[in-house]
Amino acid sequence: MKPATLAWALIAGVLFGFGLSLSTMIRPEVVLSFLRLTDFGLLLVLGGAVLVTLLAYQLAPRLLARPLFGSSWGRHPSAMDARTIGGAAIFGMGWGLCGVCPGPAIAGLGAGNWPLLVALAGIFAGAWVQGRFFGR
Amino acid sequence: MEQFFPNGVAHYLAGGLIIGAAVSLLFVTTGLIGGMSTVFSSTWSYVSKLPFFQQERFTGSRVWRLAYAAGLLLGGLAWLGWSASGAWQTGVSWWQLALGGFLVGFGARLSNGCTSGHGICGLASLQLPSLLAVLTFLATAIVTAQLVIRLGGA
Repeated sequence: MKPATLAWALIAGVLFGFGLSLSTMIRPEVVLSFLRLTDFGLLLVLGGAVLVTLLAYQLAPRLLARPLFGSSWGRHPSAMDARTIGGAAIFGMGWGLCGVCPGPAIAGLGAGNWPLLVALAGIFAGAWVQGRFFGR
Repeated sequence: MEQFFPNGVAHYLAGGLIIGAAVSLLFVTTGLIGGMSTVFSSTWSYVSKLPFFQQERFTGSRVWRLAYAAGLLLGGLAWLGWSASGAWQTGVSWWQLALGGFLVGFGARLSNGCTSGHGICGLASLQLPSLLAVLTFLATAIVTAQLVIRLGGA
């Protein structure tokens, strides 16, 4: 892996973590207040992020032959099948129970929210069980 | 407005635009798709000999995914230093974090995407399966969160 790739992944990660923190999505209570329909801010965060990313994903491959420091344009692998939908249903149950999802769990830990270590341990365990018993 | 956004809208919009800028920056510079949940499978490839975790899609991406995750940690830390609001700990109970986290990890990996993978990258790629995944997890999350209040959870 090229050093430039790692450097850009790190830099993009810092920006991502800062944005998650600024938007208060690293607070499970704020996510839960959206899921309980008392504060719709999460939709603004998601909408803003999708809008910017939509422009980049749709325009960059048309304007540039290849990424600035890479060789080819990636694509999000997404399949129309029972695993995608069933997995999303289970993911949502967990998200609704704890108000934590993968990005905010990591960024929140960086911001000193130590109890998120418990959630991170749970996520790692869940990912292992998925790979061990349901992986393909 | 006040009714739907009792805590204001500016920090939500600014944070969302910054998150979008981050995922866009990763794409424009490297061509990589910046979903977050795969790191929880690819990191297992360092310690597990199971054939599933030793697939090239995990072993070939585990290094940049860890760098990306390390950036997230640093971004949280940078915000902590910048905001001067002080570290803050969640009051959600440990069993909710543990069980909820387990289901989040299992479900996101089975679905091959989470709030960032399907929610941001999938929607921005105009992928119909990701849209259905997002609508599905929003629905089950809202139902679950409502049930938890009724059962007296945090």
